Amino acid sequence: MLTPLHKQLLNDYQRDFPLSTTPYRDIAEELGISEHEVLEALTELYEANVITRIGPVIPPNRVGVSTLAAMSVPKEDIMAIAEIINKRPEVNHNYEREHHYNLWFVIIASNQAHLHHVIAELERLTSYSIMSLPLLDDYFIDLSFKLDFDDC
Amino acid sequence: MIVDGWDQKLLEAIQQGLPISPRPYARLGDLLGLSENEVIERLDRLKQIGLIKRMGVIVKHRSLGYLANAMIVWDIPDHQVQEVGRQISEFEFVNLCYRRPRSGQDWPYNLYCMIHGKNRESVLKKFNFLEQCCQTQSFPREILFSVRCFKQRGAIYYHSDQELADG
Repeated sequence: MLTPLHKQLLNDYQRDFPLSTTPYRDIAEELGISEHEVLEALTELYEANVITRIGPVIPPNRVGVSTLAAMSVPKEDIMAIAEIINKRPEVNHNYEREHHYNLWFVIIASNQAHLHHVIAELERLTSYSIMSLPLLDDYFIDLSFKLDFDDC
Repeated sequence: MIVDGWDQKLLEAIQQGLPISPRPYARLGDLLGLSENEVIERLDRLKQIGLIKRMGVIVKHRSLGYLANAMIVWDIPDHQVQEVGRQISEFEFVNLCYRRPRSGQDWPYNLYCMIHGKNRESVLKKFNFLEQCCQTQSFPREILFSVRCFKQRGAIYYHSDQELADG
């Protein structure tokens, strides 16, 4: 069960996390509570698997290159193919979606040659072709997420 | 943009998560052989040059009950796509908005956005609101709801031929 403190930490600290020697104490002071309470609440959020981490979000294509890849595969093969794809460390999201292009994943590589190599390898291993849709423009790359706790 | 080996190591380390302890940047520095101040200064610089887009709590939507997500794709004429993309990205419930290349007759779409919601209805409600506001109803588009998530993780760094890969 999320407490008001949990919700506040989730909504208000997705960006501009303090870059000071004592960031958790700074947050505690802003909220008028003890540093211990902040550390405890964040630990609880980790343990409840609500947050993946406290850390940076790095825009795509700033270091290295990435692409959104799509495949059209028979429904009965999708698990097996997803498994092959997930084995590549360069793949960092992989979703089944409702469409004849039903498998969608992101590939991140160090450079274009590396990216092409990964695509070719995955095509070879799965025997399905990949539609590669690299990013051309970001209209919004901020991954912070406004949580609406009433929208249940 | 100048990023040296220390920056790379620092980004790699902090992507694993900032320690939850009173002096987290000092802990990170200990791991890397950097002083606490160096860690803070470097992170501050990486933020200023835009290599760190934001720094903070990274939430797992699915564990908060945001189980539905849809990727929406439109085919918008090239001369309008930037304007429409910027409009779409203004909505609070849109958390990604990208332009990507079209890919043949089979895939004429060039604008992508992602909408999360507690369920399908709530995603569709947000989508309909967005279409009305942005007047995009006349453009070809498709809504691709997610069925299953096979893999989801934050961007990670790894080394390949001594080069740093992307996050």
